[in-house]
Amino acid sequence: MGMQSQDIIRRSATNGLTPLPQARSHEQEVAKLIDVSLCTGCKGCQVACSEWNDLRDEVGHNVGVYDNPADLTPETWTVIRFDEREDEAGKLEWLLRKEGCMHCAEPGCLKACPSPGAILQFANGIVDFQSEQCIGCGYCVAGCPFDIPRISKKDNRAYKCTLCADRVAVGQEPACVKTCPTGAISFGSKAEMKDLAATRVEELKGRGHNGAGLYDPAGVGGTHVMYVLTHADQPSLYHRLPDDPHISPVVRGWKEWLKPVGALGFIATLAGAFAHYMGVGANTTDETPPAEPEKELEDAGQGPNDNGRDA
Amino acid sequence: MDNSNLVLRTKLIDRLFHWSMVSCFMLVALSGLSWFFPSLNWLGYVLGPPQLARVLHPFLGIAVFTLLMCMFVRFVHHNLFVRTDLTWFKHIMEVLLNKHGQKLQIGKYNAGQKILFWGIMSLISLLFVSGLMIWRAYFAALFPVPVLRLALLAHSVAGLALILLVIGHIYMGIWVRGSIGGMISGYVSRAWARQHHDRWYEEEIAPTKPLPSKRHG
Ligand code: HEM
Ligand code: SF4
Ligand code: SF4
Repeated sequence: MGMQSQDIIRRSATNGLTPLPQARSHEQEVAKLIDVSLCTGCKGCQVACSEWNDLRDEVGHNVGVYDNPADLTPETWTVIRFDEREDEAGKLEWLLRKEGCMHCAEPGCLKACPSPGAILQFANGIVDFQSEQCIGCGYCVAGCPFDIPRISKKDNRAYKCTLCADRVAVGQEPACVKTCPTGAISFGSKAEMKDLAATRVEELKGRGHNGAGLYDPAGVGGTHVMYVLTHADQPSLYHRLPDDPHISPVVRGWKEWLKPVGALGFIATLAGAFAHYMGVGANTTDETPPAEPEKELEDAGQGPNDNGRDA
Repeated sequence: MDNSNLVLRTKLIDRLFHWSMVSCFMLVALSGLSWFFPSLNWLGYVLGPPQLARVLHPFLGIAVFTLLMCMFVRFVHHNLFVRTDLTWFKHIMEVLLNKHGQKLQIGKYNAGQKILFWGIMSLISLLFVSGLMIWRAYFAALFPVPVLRLALLAHSVAGLALILLVIGHIYMGIWVRGSIGGMISGYVSRAWARQHHDRWYEEEIAPTKPLPSKRHG
């Protein structure tokens, strides 16, 4: 992290008692809008992502579908998903979706991460992994409702889309946005992107896509990567995009509930032990009956002859 | 140390199991706590930088589990519950208030120690299984994410519970004078044995009267 960050709104494994650097927190929230109806599946965005971020994943194998690589990896931060489906009228539909980190307003990855500062959320909405702080535990994998982070076998660090934080910081759009030849990906302030989405949804509805809508799920506080979906009423058609993503209650229980309960448990146990000792005193043994061999007792490191002294 | 007043309570092999397990446990527990309570992050540095601690914790955890399983085999027959344990439970207040009067028919381990034994053994088993499941480097990829979440929660709950139990265990060692020394040297005094484990003393120690040999282990 060579660049100064003075606009951090959340930092993993950091308690809220001390404020984060926020001198520049007037920043505008940004968003990437992906219009799946305009995507042709050319994978230009995948290439642009690899090129800008200097990622060179291994060439994979064809697994019978167009998805290639077959999944996100530590070196592939975005993948176009190709799902076929037959609609009610028996007509074939090809549903494409550019998969990658959603840059959640309430990121489950950040909530789960145990390493201070390994995940940061900036005032502009970007959620970025700081790889040099990452310990490779993989908790972010369990925390994320979208199954996005991947842990590298080479260096045991977590990786995912950065929303081109480095480009955005200097006023550029993400590499995928710049490359997309059909204009399916747009970038701007979150408010602008919602306006643009509203226009697109109207157009799609006018063309008979009654289910069209914006995917900006409230369960995670909204996202800074949003979709215009032709079937916004059934997001899960698009390669298991969650219908109602939210941080799992198990993760909340672990991070929000168990932590204070555990702290109380420690305080109660330590205080209880100390109070017991103060009230009852040491539990010593009266060694008088056998009478003779006090000397050896001392040699053997027994403390019974200080009977009563430390109580 | 030819001393007719001392009796062997714990053999060398068992003391070695116990203290090597304790050494590993401390490192595992402190690094685990450093992830559970991020404000206590510094505890993790007992195992070096955080990345190294993350690598070592599971291996040391397996060492703790293995040593505890050895102890299980060695100790389990002393820790089966018997009818006289009820007497101890009935008099728990006097025990805690250190009012020793009547004999409580306590065997080699008292009922509280037996609960500790079974608590430790079941929690370490849960930690072992859940720990393997969440071990990113080797096994985590074999489990679906919702299962991993449950394993993480289980691992944290069991880790906390075990650490709290062990704090109680350490306190009892400090409170009952002579017991820590006994676990180090192996020997306790006859009076100690009679006071804290009367039935063990009467059944196992008193009948073997002429015993003061210095056989360790
Ligand atoms: C001695 C008993 C053990 C204790 C007290 C303990 C405690 C803990 C705690 C408190 C955490 C942090 C959980 C959180 O952040 O909520 C943790 C993490 C973890 N534990 Fe354990 N644990 C023990 C044994 C084991 C064993 C036997 C294994 C593996 C076989 C294991 C593997 C892990 C793994 C993989 C993690 C996640 C971090 C990492 O990748 O190292 N633990 N443990
Ligand atoms: S793998 Fe890295 S980023 Fe993910 S939770 Fe662990 S420390 Fe945080
Ligand atoms: S999609 Fe997953 S990895 Fe991305 S910000 Fe949300 S929780 Fe984190």
